[in-house]
Amino acid sequence: MEPTSDRGDVPAFRASGVTKIYGEGRSAVHALRGVDLEIRNGEIVVLLGASGSGKSTLLNILGGLDRATDGDVWFRDAHLTAMNDRALTRYRRDHVGFVFQFYNLMPSLTARENVELVTEIADHPMSAAEALELVGLGARVDHFPAQLSGGEQQRVAIARAVARQPDVLFCDEPTGALDSRTGRAVLRVLQDVNAKLGTTVLIITHAAATAAMAHRVIHFADGAIRKVEVNASPAHAEEIIW
Amino acid sequence: MSPLHAKLLRDLWRIKGQALAIIVVIGIGVALQVMMSGVIASLTQTRDAYYQRHQFAEVFAGLSRAPEHVASRLRAIDGVAVAQTRLRGLALIDITTRDLPINALILSLPGGAARPLNEIMLTSGRMPEAGRLDEILLLDSFAKAHGLGPGDNLRVTLNGARRQFEIVGTALSPEFIYFAAPGELVPHDARFGVIWISRPALAAALDLEGAFNEVLITLVRGARSEAVLDRVDRILDPYGAPGSYDRDEHPSNRFLNEEFKGLTASARNVPPVFMLVAAFLLYIVTSRMLQSEREEIGLMKAFGYTDAEVGGHYLQMVVLIALAGALFGSVLGVAMGRLIIPLYAGFYKLPFLLFRLDLAAFLSGLIISVGVASLGGVVVLRRIFRLTPAEAMRPPAPPDYSRAGHVAQALLERFDQPTRMVFRRIFRQPWRMLGAVAGIAAGMALSLSMLIIYDGFDEALTRTFEVIDRSDASVSFTAPEPYRVIYDLRRLPGVMRVEPVRNVPVILRKGRREFSGAITGLSTDAELFRALDADGAPIPLPARGIVLSSTLARILDAAPGDVLNVDIREGRQPEVQIVVAAISESLLGSPAFMEIDALNRALDEPGRVSGAYLSVSDGDEAAVHAALRDMPRVVGVSLRREARAAFEVIMDQGAGSARFIMGLMAFAITFGIIYNAARVARDERARDLASLRVLGFHRGETAFVLLGELAVVTLAALPIGLLVGRFMSHMIAAGFSTDLYQIPVVFAPRAQGMAIAIVVGAALASGWLVKRDIDRTDIITSLKTRE
Ligand SMILES: Nc1ncnc2c1ncn2[C@@H]1O[C@H](COP(=O)(O)OP(=O)(O)OP(=O)(O)O)[C@@H](O)[C@H]1O
Ligand SMILES: [Mg+2]
Repeated sequence: MEPTSDRGDVPAFRASGVTKIYGEGRSAVHALRGVDLEIRNGEIVVLLGASGSGKSTLLNILGGLDRATDGDVWFRDAHLTAMNDRALTRYRRDHVGFVFQFYNLMPSLTARENVELVTEIADHPMSAAEALELVGLGARVDHFPAQLSGGEQQRVAIARAVARQPDVLFCDEPTGALDSRTGRAVLRVLQDVNAKLGTTVLIITHAAATAAMAHRVIHFADGAIRKVEVNASPAHAEEIIW
Repeated sequence: MSPLHAKLLRDLWRIKGQALAIIVVIGIGVALQVMMSGVIASLTQTRDAYYQRHQFAEVFAGLSRAPEHVASRLRAIDGVAVAQTRLRGLALIDITTRDLPINALILSLPGGAARPLNEIMLTSGRMPEAGRLDEILLLDSFAKAHGLGPGDNLRVTLNGARRQFEIVGTALSPEFIYFAAPGELVPHDARFGVIWISRPALAAALDLEGAFNEVLITLVRGARSEAVLDRVDRILDPYGAPGSYDRDEHPSNRFLNEEFKGLTASARNVPPVFMLVAAFLLYIVTSRMLQSEREEIGLMKAFGYTDAEVGGHYLQMVVLIALAGALFGSVLGVAMGRLIIPLYAGFYKLPFLLFRLDLAAFLSGLIISVGVASLGGVVVLRRIFRLTPAEAMRPPAPPDYSRAGHVAQALLERFDQPTRMVFRRIFRQPWRMLGAVAGIAAGMALSLSMLIIYDGFDEALTRTFEVIDRSDASVSFTAPEPYRVIYDLRRLPGVMRVEPVRNVPVILRKGRREFSGAITGLSTDAELFRALDADGAPIPLPARGIVLSSTLARILDAAPGDVLNVDIREGRQPEVQIVVAAISESLLGSPAFMEIDALNRALDEPGRVSGAYLSVSDGDEAAVHAALRDMPRVVGVSLRREARAAFEVIMDQGAGSARFIMGLMAFAITFGIIYNAARVARDERARDLASLRVLGFHRGETAFVLLGELAVVTLAALPIGLLVGRFMSHMIAAGFSTDLYQIPVVFAPRAQGMAIAIVVGAALASGWLVKRDIDRTDIITSLKTRE
């Protein structure tokens, strides 16, 4: 499969010299130490790396959830690191879908309502029922998070992210709590979204096998990129061996 | 329903316990305001309507005697609408249940006038028949106080002659709503009677055929009473008139106004203190509530919700609670008003009731609650909005123990794990804990200040009737008597001590301020009735100068050294200048004192007394009373015991009665605040507690973590509550003090102990309720949901 790109040469993301330092003084943590990166439109990129290496931090910055301490990030022509809060909100609202590492569902909303919470402010969303059907939860739409298993909650989080049909999808360990069969089904959904809508997909994972479905694999260590592998022929999600 | 609306409703349901507590607290604040202002509005309007429907006169003038034709000259005065004449006399009523006669006023009935002024209203029986000289009406409240009614006989001494009358009816009148017997400071239903009788009968008894000795006048709309008073005085001067007066000087109306002023003052000044406490709690709670939504707020922002959308959603939550509180408060306020206003109307002897609610009180309650809730919300939201969504979604970082924390950490290690959890949380979220402490302290302060006020009322009684006045009885004479009457009294068997007193009606003026009252002349060696300073020590009365009570000093804005212009309203009515010598403490009325000889010198009437204070040996009361009733010059005897009882009635059923309901409300607010604190802690920690249970801690140990926190917070609040309560009680005491009486602030250990007991009791009850709730919740459900 070729990455679908409708914007010629402008990459989806361009980052240069991105650093992130949490805290200050002696207790400061250097989570990112100068990351340079380019992600093309329509790519599926998998981010691999040890726990604590800074993957989530990078994703948060690309997704406009957090601010870099230093360096620049562009989304297409937009200079994310120079944006004010209002513009960042706009950016997240119009372009970005998230699957968080800890699911982050609203406990007081049902599965369907959790999805609707984001589709309500999206331009061309799919219906909540449709999105939940995609992740195999068609029968559980009216259940609250507390009534769902961990994996089911994770799938609701994925349905929520894809339902708004965003330009970019950030998935922080989307299959961490899933068995191999469901995990593959979920990766299928991400691959379909990528293929049909040309959505750029960034996946963080500890399951190295997932890398097989990526167009590119970025290896992360100690807050910096160590290696980038290009995958000429990404595997179909169904073929991934867990 | 949009997911946001669903979320709003379910979140409200989730925090229903704490929300309910806030609703109750705000509700009570608003209810008190609505109720009290409703009381004022209803009573004032009812009084005005009563005056109007019963044609209460606007100008009054008494005189010795004038032929009836003089009335036509009064009617001709510019501005006079109606002028009606009548007869008025003083009488003594003999009642079997009391060994001293009771003073009474006897008035002629209008008989035939189309619309009589000061129209009476029959409450039982019938009007006396024309031509029957022995039929009378009796003032309703007096009749009730003595269990008299139509068909009963009444023995009356009128103009020196004893007569027997038949009561044929009882009546109310707008001119006798509320007033004290001559020589008494405080009204007492049983101590002053009013009798109405046909005019010919009274004319015969008083030798006033074809004449009148009182005139009632109403004015045409817009007429100035000063001008009319002036003209009336000029016409009546040759007929022995001491001077006409208008409604402002009318005793019943004046007293009623004082009472309403007292009620209005407590309605204006006290509920805002309650509202302040409620608003303070609302602020603390709303900000804490939103603080705990921080992660959700970050999440919504991550999805691209704008600050305005997120803020709008969460503000709705707190504003809904505030609105519910305000609405609940209004309903409660109206309901309580409906219960309490008839009681007041009964006490003030208003024959009917116009029920009115004050919209402004409701609106201000609404605006304050919603405004404060929004403010608390906006302050927190702004703080959260300053964080990036990624930061907001992370739970707040634990504090850095590396610096000052060492000692605390070392200390902590000496405790078991649950105790450590309690303290760690307190160190971790010091602002939340301080908020809870401040809230509870405010609630406690409110309860404490109400308890202090209760003590203040008791103290006012004690100081007035046990410290200042230590007599058994006070006697007043028909007119100033030579000093030797004191010796006559001293000779009565059973009388232990007699002290002279000279009371002189005066108008005191300083600059543009004036007060019409009386100067009390006492002897320098007085023991039974004294002027005391703020510390309760007797003030030696100076040979020159006047001692003003602190209330009077405030009214006149006078200090020692100032010179007052004194208009004496007795005898030759001289005008003199007297220097202020000292300020005394008085809790009842606004008295002024002088040394009796100095006063007599100023009057140029040496050696005169108008009354005396008596102390009587135990067991001799009846004999002394019997002797007093046979002394012709004695016009009235008032017993300290009865005066005290009358004062108590005024305090407990008049304006001061609001303190009881306010006290209950203060206790309810205190409980609400503490219960809320317990619920908030529980809601915030549901997940932690479930984790503990999973880790194998017992229910009791788990509850300890939560209740330990409540205990620490409550204990920390106690000293602050005591301190703030002292301050607050001054505000509330000022609200309860009227021109008639002052409420002192005394910090009795008992009140402080009670306040502590109330707070600790509320904490125990809340703890028990919350623990019961924890025991019932399912561990797994709590674990799966967020903290
Ligand atoms: N708010 C914070 N304050 C201080 N340090 C932080 C904070 N958030 C993350 N870190 C640190 O930054 C580093 C990178 O964290 P990050 O969450 O990006 O790691 P990760 O690669 O996503 O790890 P994992 O695979 O375990 O999720 C870690 O060392 C982490 O401890
Ligand atoms: Mg991570």
